[in-house]
Amino acid sequence: MTDSVPPARATGPDQFTGATPDNAIRDADRAKAGRVLAADGTPLKRSLNRALRAQKLRALMLIAPLLIFILITFIAPIADMLFRSVENDIVSQTLPRTVVELDRWDGEGTPDEETYRALAADLMVATELKNHTRLGSRLNYETTGISSLFRKTGRDIDEAGEIYMDQFVALDAAWEEPATWVSLMADPDWIAAQADWSARAKEAEAAQDAAATAEEARALEFTEPEPRFRLSGTARDALPRTSRIYQQFASVIRSEDGDSPTQEQPWAIVYQALYEDLSGGFTGESYDGAQARLLSRAADAVAAFDTLPVKEFFIENVDEDWGDPEVWGTIKAFSSPYTAGYFLSAIDYQLTPQGIEPQPDDQKIYALLFKRTMFMSLTIMFSCVLLGYPIAFLLSNLPLRTSNLLLILVLLPFWTSLLVRTSAWKVLLQQEGVINAILVWAGAISDVGRLQLINNQTGTIIAMTHILLPFMILPLYSVMKTIPPQYVRAAKSLGATNWTAFWRVYFPQSVPGIGAGCILVFILSIGYYITPEIVGGTTGTFISNRIAYHISQSLNWGLAAALGTILLALVLVLYYLYDRIVGIDNVSLG
Amino acid sequence: MLDTQGAQAFVEFDRVQKSYDGETLVVKDLNLSIGRGEFLTMLGPSGSGKTTCLMMLAGFETATHGEIRLDGSEINNIPPHKRGIGMVFQNYALFPHMTVAENLSFPLEVRKMGKSTRQEKIGRALDMVQMGDFGGRRPAQLSGGQQQRIALARALVFEPELVLMDEPLGALDKQLRETLQFEITRLAHDLGITVVYVTHDQTEALTMSDRVAVFDDGRIQQLAPPDELYEQPKNSFVAQFIGENNTLRGTVATLSADRCTVKLDGTGETIDALPVNIEKEGDKTLVSIRPERVEFNPSLGESAHTLDAEVLEFIYMGDVFRTRLKVAGRDDFVVKTRNRADQVRLSPGDSVKIGWLPQDCRALDA
Repeated sequence: MTDSVPPARATGPDQFTGATPDNAIRDADRAKAGRVLAADGTPLKRSLNRALRAQKLRALMLIAPLLIFILITFIAPIADMLFRSVENDIVSQTLPRTVVELDRWDGEGTPDEETYRALAADLMVATELKNHTRLGSRLNYETTGISSLFRKTGRDIDEAGEIYMDQFVALDAAWEEPATWVSLMADPDWIAAQADWSARAKEAEAAQDAAATAEEARALEFTEPEPRFRLSGTARDALPRTSRIYQQFASVIRSEDGDSPTQEQPWAIVYQALYEDLSGGFTGESYDGAQARLLSRAADAVAAFDTLPVKEFFIENVDEDWGDPEVWGTIKAFSSPYTAGYFLSAIDYQLTPQGIEPQPDDQKIYALLFKRTMFMSLTIMFSCVLLGYPIAFLLSNLPLRTSNLLLILVLLPFWTSLLVRTSAWKVLLQQEGVINAILVWAGAISDVGRLQLINNQTGTIIAMTHILLPFMILPLYSVMKTIPPQYVRAAKSLGATNWTAFWRVYFPQSVPGIGAGCILVFILSIGYYITPEIVGGTTGTFISNRIAYHISQSLNWGLAAALGTILLALVLVLYYLYDRIVGIDNVSLG
Repeated sequence: MLDTQGAQAFVEFDRVQKSYDGETLVVKDLNLSIGRGEFLTMLGPSGSGKTTCLMMLAGFETATHGEIRLDGSEINNIPPHKRGIGMVFQNYALFPHMTVAENLSFPLEVRKMGKSTRQEKIGRALDMVQMGDFGGRRPAQLSGGQQQRIALARALVFEPELVLMDEPLGALDKQLRETLQFEITRLAHDLGITVVYVTHDQTEALTMSDRVAVFDDGRIQQLAPPDELYEQPKNSFVAQFIGENNTLRGTVATLSADRCTVKLDGTGETIDALPVNIEKEGDKTLVSIRPERVEFNPSLGESAHTLDAEVLEFIYMGDVFRTRLKVAGRDDFVVKTRNRADQVRLSPGDSVKIGWLPQDCRALDA
């Protein structure tokens, strides 16, 4: 029987550091290599590299498809996820003016009138672009109620500035005309270009009408877009606020509705901006464009206009929440394009205008979930070791035929869908289920005292231990298979009892298998989703279930990304600790 | 075949049988006594049962039938770790996760020896195999020969009276093997331990042992000191297994107490032989002659028979010449002659007469 023993592993020369003869030779080779020349006088190293280059290139080409596949489908999404966990440009993009104005606010009371004006302009644009609800949901993650506030504001925002619009129109009906606004605001070149464009559009339309058949008409269709609106320099200098909002008005109606400023009366908020421009420092001299007369008349009249401060409009007419410092604090806290807010939420803290604060107790869930995920993953890992080690030991000591058969039984669960297996556990473990029924029948428990085995941690641990067990048995088995039986025999012949021989000689050599199995099972279980979702109830769910919830239901991808990133970091830290304590080269799949 | 050495028998196999599958016997009725301090080698081809015997003695296999006694008491049911027998394995079986010193410390620790005692014993054992400086190394950092020395030291460190060695030198190259053969015998004699050594290498068996038990087919074919084994094989298996051997097939023509004549099958020529295990005239027999006992053109006296032979091949081997001859219809008859100044060097095709002393030609079972 000794004839069948594989050659001793110990004699392999390449796996050892330190002073072995082979290493000494290698060191000497290395020391010399710098000076060794090939036959043609080039350094040997370079010559060797050249010779190997083609080989390396071929190897690279062989793995290139997989490499590209992994880069696109794995590395890139992970990088994107990591980025999402800090990305937060929605606030500064949707409310650009407000964010700037809010810089001045000290967090006490409400911001000043200027900030409300900026908010009105920003929200008008956002509402037209239908961005305000997105922003509302984003800020709602931080302060509940903001979402509905934004939605409500979106419905009312077109009334902002109406009071000024009415008064301008009352002053001169020309203010109602789109043409007045175009000649006031637009660059003369644009006006010319636009006129030319609309002339050609008309021509094309006429030609289309004259066309004999529908196909011909379709062929003659005028598809050229209207020239992009351009502000006149004069207007921009004289009426800065008006020009900015008018420019946005022009671009929004063009992109959203395909309309032209030459056809549309501006939003009420444009009149509000005009009022602000005219009432603050406008002089007749600063504007010499087409509508100078109309403008200077209006400038003279604005002092007598009825006014409604925007702040009042927001708080009184729209929603009193706009007077709530918490709403403003949230906007301010999340105004920078990058935020630690998601990560803080993921560890039960929150970002407030006053700085970082712990979440209220009733909203702390993530630290608990992380702790529970760790605890349950470790429990599952240890139960897998406890259950898997004896099986693997048995398998590795049986004759090959028997062990192969049993190994198929170990792998059998893989042939069934995960969902089916988990559902089977549901049948087995529920209170009216098989296990409880047997226990009641055997008299171990009373009928009223049926065990709660599912929809809690117990259920998750039982089901997941079962599902992940093969991942423990396989590496253990393949490592144990390589431990020659002589070691234990030698130990026994040296006087060790069965237990000592196992514990001091066999077990240490099976540690690489335990390590590999533990890493596999732990990493698989820490990110497990389906089984806890089905059998975990509320107390047996993992952090991954929460991540899935944020991805697919609350749509808070930033928080999901932050949770995922923390989970990834946690695994890496544990991996590092494992490497330090056990050594990663002490992991073997056989 | 019980070879008792009376009260001194240290290890005894008494009618031991072993079967793995319940159908065939791997060891058939083994009786063997090993004296205290004796170096006994179990020699045989693979599958002959020798390793099984060793494993039964070590306690890793149980005897299906019979008794194994160590120092007078039966050990059949004593687990291996309580037998106190040192063992050296073919592949060393040094624990790879322990240093050399830890490996040696292991048998002492399980015997609950104190640290200072352990260190002293480890030091002594390492010095004994000239590996004193290697205590801190891992087995993987040692060469095969060094590992085997450590394995030897480990088997000896707890001072067992009986050490079993299972083809310990099988994985080493020839030169190293010879050095270690010498060292093992020296150590065994210096320490006065009893050694049971298993090998399939007959040179090893002959050079190292006090006695050799030749195994075949689950039985001991012959148990004898090396010289007796070589010069006086008891049956044709032993004769052919040990050393080089010429065999000629024939029929017993005449038979007396210490002489017989055999009529060879091929040519009908008659030769003298020493009857070893033939029973009566007319029996088929194999006669065996060692190549170095054959003489060319012999002057053995009138009564001796000689045979005609034709030289087929002459091989120069340095210290000896090896001549292959065609004798009695067979062309595998080999004669070894020493390379002496006056030794004739034959050429293929030469005709020559060969002969030998009758006592060197043993008539064995066919």
